[in-house]
Amino acid sequence: MIITENAFLRADGRKGIRNTLVVAYLVECAHHVAREITYPNREQGVHLIGFSGCYPNDYAARMMQALCTHPNVGGVLLLSLGCESFNRSSLAEAVEASGRPVETLVIQQNGGTRKTIEQGRTAVEAILKKMALVPRVPLHMDELIVGTVCGGSDATSGITANPGIGRAFDLLVEQKAGCIFEETGELIGCEDIMCARAATPELAEILRGSVEKAARYYTVLGHGSFAPGNADGGLTTQEEKSMGAYAKSGTSRISGLLKPGDVPPRGGLYLLDVVPDGEVRFGFPNINDNAEIAELIACGSHVILFSTGRGSVVGSAISPVIKVCANPETFRRMTDDMDVDAGRILEGRASLDEVGREILDLSLAVARGAQTKSELLGHQEFVLTYKSFEPIGPACLPN
Amino acid sequence: MTDPRLLLLDPSDNAFVAIQTLEAGTTLNLAGQDVTVPQRLTLGHKLAARAIRTGEKILKYRASIGSATRDIALGEHIHLHNMKSDYLPTYTLETGHTFCTSHDHH
Repeated sequence: MIITENAFLRADGRKGIRNTLVVAYLVECAHHVAREITYPNREQGVHLIGFSGCYPNDYAARMMQALCTHPNVGGVLLLSLGCESFNRSSLAEAVEASGRPVETLVIQQNGGTRKTIEQGRTAVEAILKKMALVPRVPLHMDELIVGTVCGGSDATSGITANPGIGRAFDLLVEQKAGCIFEETGELIGCEDIMCARAATPELAEILRGSVEKAARYYTVLGHGSFAPGNADGGLTTQEEKSMGAYAKSGTSRISGLLKPGDVPPRGGLYLLDVVPDGEVRFGFPNINDNAEIAELIACGSHVILFSTGRGSVVGSAISPVIKVCANPETFRRMTDDMDVDAGRILEGRASLDEVGREILDLSLAVARGAQTKSELLGHQEFVLTYKSFEPIGPACLPN
Repeated sequence: MTDPRLLLLDPSDNAFVAIQTLEAGTTLNLAGQDVTVPQRLTLGHKLAARAIRTGEKILKYRASIGSATRDIALGEHIHLHNMKSDYLPTYTLETGHTFCTSHDHH
């Protein structure tokens, strides 16, 4: 099935549903300059991302490369202070090799803040002109990748929005799209039922290991992926929240396990392992929902399905975020921020199947260019922190 | 018949989910017994679908979501005060200030 005739074809053969220019700061010290360059152009699809750290980190470098060469990205402007350790030339080379226009500005070499902002704005105009020439092609269902995350969960999340997203995932996977669910720390307590869905026994053990790793990690840190708002919303324990979060994965067979930056090799359902490998370092695995969204996008997600009960407002740079609101009271209070009213299920105004179908239809409409609520409101949240991962092995992606 | 304000996600569960906000003083008819809700419960909160003994698993979605830390009566609110995780402690603003010093509590 063809979703749209107007996808953006990249030189590597991947196809995007947006043509975003990414302005990326390579250390916090270049953030202000990057933001000043981005802000006047944000209506033209210019988004700001970056890495704050001054010290090198393989994960952050890999994430930045995956994001700067994401199919929704058409061109890149890199902002360096000059003395940070981020390898800016290797990133610029990777972007150039992907066939995208890229420019690097080094603030210390350019005469400081004012001159770099001026040059950056000129560079943005030049890159946007080149990006307008990208060929438009059909996007097929088996080329679409959809990620899902939940945030600001309450006890309605696991009854309405999450199983609704699960239904949409089942429909997408049936049509050979790639679907990614994540947050192994929010699968603590679901190991047995989840592992029974793995494509192979080896993969089942890998999935189990990823959840056990998350449980160990969170035990060392002192608490799980559970915020006080979750308890106010009626959730009592991590495993209760997990069962609700798990419902987002639907019922399809699980085809593989990814780590941040790995792109699904073909359609199917994949678990993204977001908890670092090795000893506990660098603090919390995901300091907020936006870190998880960035990782789903780094795995190639064109669209993000975000389930919320308490009422998250975030969007993201690079890939549109569809807000599926679980709680009908929250929906009435925050309608401007919400794309789907999944809480209708609780009030007898819709069935789970109807909500699942609506989420699928909206995902495809967004792939055709329809703007999500968070896009219309200008949300482009982004965060990237230190982590470390071992590469995945062949058993993570069985044929 | 289950009260329409409550949802039992699976027949084997022992916890109802409130699917609308229940005001204090609301009377629910559960298993032929009238039960009054003592304090306001917003939608999503859990109530015992039967009497639950200390140590018993709390079941929702046909899965264990933790254990009862004391006996729970039919219709009683199930939350942090009478159940706990079997995996990780639950952090709340009331209990979980890991960063504050001991004299903050005097």
